[in-house]
Amino acid sequence: MWLCNSSVGRKVVMSVTGVALILFLTFHACMNLVALFSKDGYNLVCEMLGANWYAVAATLALAALVVIHFIYAVILTLQNRKARGNNRYAVTSRPEKVEWASQNMFVLGVIVVLGLLLHLYNFWYNMMFAELFNAGMPYINEVEDAADGYGMIAYTFSQPVFTALYIVWFVAIWFHLTHGFWSAFQTLGWNGKIWFNRWKTIGNVYATVLMLIFVVVALKFAFCGGAC
Amino acid sequence: MAKNISFTIKYWKQNGPKDAGHFEERHMKDIPDDTSFLEMLDILNEELIEEGKEPFVFDHDCREGICGMCSLYINGTPHGKTERGATTCQLYMRRFEDGCTITVEPWRSAAFPVIKDCMVDRSAFDKIQAAGGYISVRTGAPQDANAILIPKENADEAMDCATCIGCGACVAACKNGSAMLFVSSKVSQYALLPQGRPEAARRAKAMVAKMDELGFGNCTNTRACEAVCPKNESISNIARLNREFIKAKLAD
Repeated sequence: MWLCNSSVGRKVVMSVTGVALILFLTFHACMNLVALFSKDGYNLVCEMLGANWYAVAATLALAALVVIHFIYAVILTLQNRKARGNNRYAVTSRPEKVEWASQNMFVLGVIVVLGLLLHLYNFWYNMMFAELFNAGMPYINEVEDAADGYGMIAYTFSQPVFTALYIVWFVAIWFHLTHGFWSAFQTLGWNGKIWFNRWKTIGNVYATVLMLIFVVVALKFAFCGGAC
Repeated sequence: MAKNISFTIKYWKQNGPKDAGHFEERHMKDIPDDTSFLEMLDILNEELIEEGKEPFVFDHDCREGICGMCSLYINGTPHGKTERGATTCQLYMRRFEDGCTITVEPWRSAAFPVIKDCMVDRSAFDKIQAAGGYISVRTGAPQDANAILIPKENADEAMDCATCIGCGACVAACKNGSAMLFVSSKVSQYALLPQGRPEAARRAKAMVAKMDELGFGNCTNTRACEAVCPKNESISNIARLNREFIKAKLAD
């Protein structure tokens, strides 16, 4: 199967799963925007995404995307290290046009996964997981209902350490996306001398807007809780 | 006005692919700055030979930037910091400061084993080329040159792709040891022309398969290759190769 056996095929898998994950992030950011305006509205979304079969199915699909993207990243990184050979250069330099993010996608990816684990523990574990296995009771005492996503956000970001960790996480995702976005289209063959600058600009703007939404929601709850 | 510079050169010595290899250092005195880098290495070797020492081995041939033989990793950059579009043989000592240290290393990549010192075996590129980098032509009387019309832009672009000299700087610069810029340039030079289209799908698949088999890495679009390419090949070639390859696989 060329999607596992060939170098271009493996990259196609990275691109397609990556783009799908960007679409998910877009959905998630839209959802978070609701929390800026309406507590009831946000909790309505949370209820819809609780232990319903379609939400569970979508979660499994999403988990599969992350797992495939991550496993392929590990395989590609190991293969690339091997291709580099055993001898390292004594002197190296990074040409101007080579972005830092592009050479550190794996490290950034690991930070993203660690952040994801924290995020799942903070929210998903107390929400969908609690609805499925704990009769809708969150594992933390501060929030009473597993569908009270708004209360969960307010509680999480009332602790500065989580706010700080989430901001670091968002910055890592931003770096990861600034390279990943245009790189995905390059790998899929939809690129050229003109489209290169277009994809790069679209990617940078898209990643920045997306991550700003996440940051704004986190900061809003960090500084004025669920009150304002 | 030419001036003379003195500097320390650290050059890589290695007896074959299995040897661990090490750097040797030498102080070079009063080298005119209009000496080419390779001429400077010739001076180094004459000094070594006169002292009864083994000379430093490196690849070179035409010394005018078109053969693709020279292959030195100088101060962290393949072919050194030349003007864009120049090979090691077109690098001059005026690019270096008096009293500096110059580090010379071979292309380091698993697919390019060291033969000796800074001479590496790049026959992997020949094998990739032989896997599909050609068109099958029936022999006979030559056709009229204008029998097949080709848009000027395509002809120019194909020519730009064909200027790749296969030096391997792209592989040397790539953190993944990927040969995609070379392979994509070779695929593109045919893909852009009508004569190359009949075999385009087979070519893309065969050359990528050979590239993978020979142990080159996976491209992660860092663009280090195009930043150092002495022939200014663009990563838009890589996008074209991806397009050709994916199209060919989906049509299977």
